[in-house]
Amino acid sequence: MEFVLIVIISIIIILAAIFAILTKNLVSAIISAGVVSLLASIIYLMLSAPDVAMTEAAIGSGLTTVVFLYALNKIRKSGEDG
Amino acid sequence: MGKRILIWIILALFIYISLPFISDFIPSHELSYVSQKYVTDGPKEVGAQNLVTAIIVTYRGLDTLGEVVVLFIATAGIGFLLSRSRGKKKKRRESSIILQTGTKILFPLIIMFGIYVFINGHLTPGGGFQGGVVIASGILILLLALPDNPLHEFLLSFTESISGFAYVLIGALGLVVAAGFLDNKILPLGKFGQLFSAGAIPIIYSLIGLKVGAELVNILKHLKND
Amino acid sequence: MKIITGLGFILIFIGIWAMLTRKNMIKIVIGFSLIDTGIHIIMVSIGYIKGRTAPILNSAVDKARALTEVVDPVPSVLVLTAIVIGLAVTALLLVYVVKLYKYKKSMNIDDYGELKW
Repeated sequence: MEFVLIVIISIIIILAAIFAILTKNLVSAIISAGVVSLLASIIYLMLSAPDVAMTEAAIGSGLTTVVFLYALNKIRKSGEDG
Repeated sequence: MGKRILIWIILALFIYISLPFISDFIPSHELSYVSQKYVTDGPKEVGAQNLVTAIIVTYRGLDTLGEVVVLFIATAGIGFLLSRSRGKKKKRRESSIILQTGTKILFPLIIMFGIYVFINGHLTPGGGFQGGVVIASGILILLLALPDNPLHEFLLSFTESISGFAYVLIGALGLVVAAGFLDNKILPLGKFGQLFSAGAIPIIYSLIGLKVGAELVNILKHLKND
Repeated sequence: MKIITGLGFILIFIGIWAMLTRKNMIKIVIGFSLIDTGIHIIMVSIGYIKGRTAPILNSAVDKARALTEVVDPVPSVLVLTAIVIGLAVTALLLVYVVKLYKYKKSMNIDDYGELKW
């Protein structure tokens, strides 16, 4: 059962990572990079490392995504100003 | 064209290097020598239930201090590169009433949860880094809901510098009172598994939490568009 | 957990591929953070021991027999600090991207050829 779950999560992680690289839309790329981190935190929980899982869920999928989006917003704004 | 071939050669070489790691990978069956020492002597020497915390704060305390310094340098670099550009305050669109009301209810709860996470770092999963990140995400909501109200600059820099200073000070106190730098036995170890136990670990981890939270809020504040 | 180690190597491979072939600088930073995640997954999977529990010695774990009941705590510690540093480094890279964009108004890495020769 656990093995099947790990295989499913691994497939979703790999697909999300490839989608993040290939998509033309930068916002979708950033969000799917966040999905990779969120599912990686489930993997850590299955590997009996709850501390790492908490950190990855909070930093990897929370703050990193926000930092990426803020930077993208800043780039777009500085493009408008000319 | 040559560039593309070169890229695929590099990727093929990476696969060639990493395949032996995967095919010959043997899952470990017992703890490594260092970990055996940590697991057997940790509860006696440090008194923390969570062994990860015991290693981060005490056994590898110097590494953690260096890590906080690296975080500080990265934040300082970001602040240097994105230094305040000319005023020209633009009127910003107000955030929605749902976000504002939700923030009023959620913000204190998130901050309280962050503090809970790092005070209980030696008993349950969690600790200074996780708690600091939770606090930073609480302040992120505040930044989203009230974009016009700037953060209290003095309070932020005060928290950051005082917690870093107190961290080093407690470490140096261990040099005088206890066995060495960042030793947690400057306070009595207490009863194993209680909140007030494990010597100075809850204090040190709270300071790390405040420091990490302040650094991350600084990163967010600099990257926020204004 | 061989499959999880393999997953980590696949993530590193995707990250290197992204860093080498993409032209958009944000995509390159995303590739960097994928490499980060892959390395962390490999490190945690090295410390895992089948059928054991997390290294927290509460009432669920017999303290006398802890040596045979908990997983290796050292990789967890290393990964924990590496994740926080990873966020700071990613933010620094993004700030460089913002600064470069302000300088030349282009996200394409090929436009920045000053140091090429």
